[in-house]
Amino acid sequence: MNTKVNLCGTELDNPVIPASGTFGYGYEFSELYDINCLGTFSFKGTTKDPRFGNPTPRIAECTSGMINAVGLQNPGVDAVINEELPKLKACFNKPVMANVSGFSVEEYAYTCERLDKEEQVGWLEVNVSCPNVHGGGMTFGTDCESAASVVRAVKAVTTKPVIIKLSPNVTDIASIAKACEDAGADGISLINTMLGMRINLNTKKPVIANKMGGFSGPAIFPVALRMVYQVYEAVDIPIIGMGGISCASDVIEMMLAGATACEIGAMNLVDPFASIKIVEELPLVMQQYGITDLKEIIGGAH
Amino acid sequence: MKQETFKIVSNKALTSNVYKMSLLGDTDEITAPGQFVNIKIDGLFLRRPISVCDVYGNTLTLVYKVVGAGTKAMSEMGAGDELDMLVGLGNGYDLDLAGERPLLVGGGVGVPPMLYLAKELKFKGANPIVVMGFNTADEVFLEDDFKSRGFETYVTTVDGSYGIKGFVTDAIAELDYTYFYTCGPEPMLKALYSATKTSGEFSFEERMGCGFGACMGCSCKTITGNKRICKEGPVLKKEEILWED
Repeated sequence: MNTKVNLCGTELDNPVIPASGTFGYGYEFSELYDINCLGTFSFKGTTKDPRFGNPTPRIAECTSGMINAVGLQNPGVDAVINEELPKLKACFNKPVMANVSGFSVEEYAYTCERLDKEEQVGWLEVNVSCPNVHGGGMTFGTDCESAASVVRAVKAVTTKPVIIKLSPNVTDIASIAKACEDAGADGISLINTMLGMRINLNTKKPVIANKMGGFSGPAIFPVALRMVYQVYEAVDIPIIGMGGISCASDVIEMMLAGATACEIGAMNLVDPFASIKIVEELPLVMQQYGITDLKEIIGGAH
Repeated sequence: MKQETFKIVSNKALTSNVYKMSLLGDTDEITAPGQFVNIKIDGLFLRRPISVCDVYGNTLTLVYKVVGAGTKAMSEMGAGDELDMLVGLGNGYDLDLAGERPLLVGGGVGVPPMLYLAKELKFKGANPIVVMGFNTADEVFLEDDFKSRGFETYVTTVDGSYGIKGFVTDAIAELDYTYFYTCGPEPMLKALYSATKTSGEFSFEERMGCGFGACMGCSCKTITGNKRICKEGPVLKKEEILWED
């Protein structure tokens, strides 16, 4: 039973990757289990300067999912390099995926250039799709040319694989993915959360202080799967599929749609052991469906 | 933190919308009064954080108010039903700062964590005073749990239908105490912040995603930096609180 996949030139023991924003900087989950069992993980979205993020409430319950409007709270790239990465080094011996966000092309380039120099970083996952920051990442991810401009600026100052994380809140995700590939992106990850909202019936006002937020969880899995399927037909670079994955069979389905690896997001928040369970369950589900080499099923549904 | 399955022993109404649930399970991870558990409810995505009211051996007591779908579902459960819970969440109160005569102030559904706190403080040799605030007489609960254990207990109701008429701040005006601990609605916490004569600790509430520090959903700003209510909280010391707005 071979669960290994190759993500932009680096082999992963398995395709299971906890998604950015649901796994902190890793070391807290290492108190629960040995996180070296993971393919890798994508750390908390990091920006040039420290950010507190949005006012609370930032969280709302949905049917089979949740809305968050955290707003990229993070300690800033200096603290990530000087404090978070050394703590991670003590418990994780694989390359980590550095998730980066920004408010200008220059800021994306600056933060990526800094993290690119860190030995622990294996990939740069560039978030051009955060729905929770005004005038932020999403502006870049909803337009082919601005997404491509971020890719070009980041590629010009980095050496590690650059994976662009795309927003589902667009009319044609395949064309944006293609524009990123043409600009030099090494991979595409999708989908970020979908813009959503809830209204509190007692107060008759939005539950979330920021009014809207990013909808995630099992409810969005079919949308994510469809978009991965569409992007796979448009690009030749590897795709990381995410959006509502909750079990190993979801991982198989996502890979059949075209994903080389999969990120696990909201499920980590309701079951802190969700990612290790998927890692452990994966060979059993492969056996159930007669799969011996996982990488061979990538894009198999096409 | 640990993920544990607890079995419900009893679940009964204390008032029209406040319930007391006793459960059996591994309580080892609960290390301080003021911590909470995060409960998985069938059919709902996010877990529901509920403060620990009491722990005795393997028995855990939760006293909760029905405010939405999760607590409604809990109120309909009965003996023998099982709950998947994350236990030992949050920092809890610091008992070492109590002094001889700590003041414990609970407002409404902020009263329950005061029971375990009072018992632990007494075990450590302190002699706590308990003040509980409610709106009306029919909302009062847990009074006997404190009184039967010999704690000096005062009850206030806003409309004066039971106990002292007014707010908890009216009851504490004449009291002498060495330190204070509180949990309750934010307006009450703010009033206590101004009305108290000593240092103390406040337990805060916020909508949470995970409850164990992963999602940053419940962050707040403090004088000593950003804190997650679920991880570095829910208890903050008076000296570090930054009131927003």
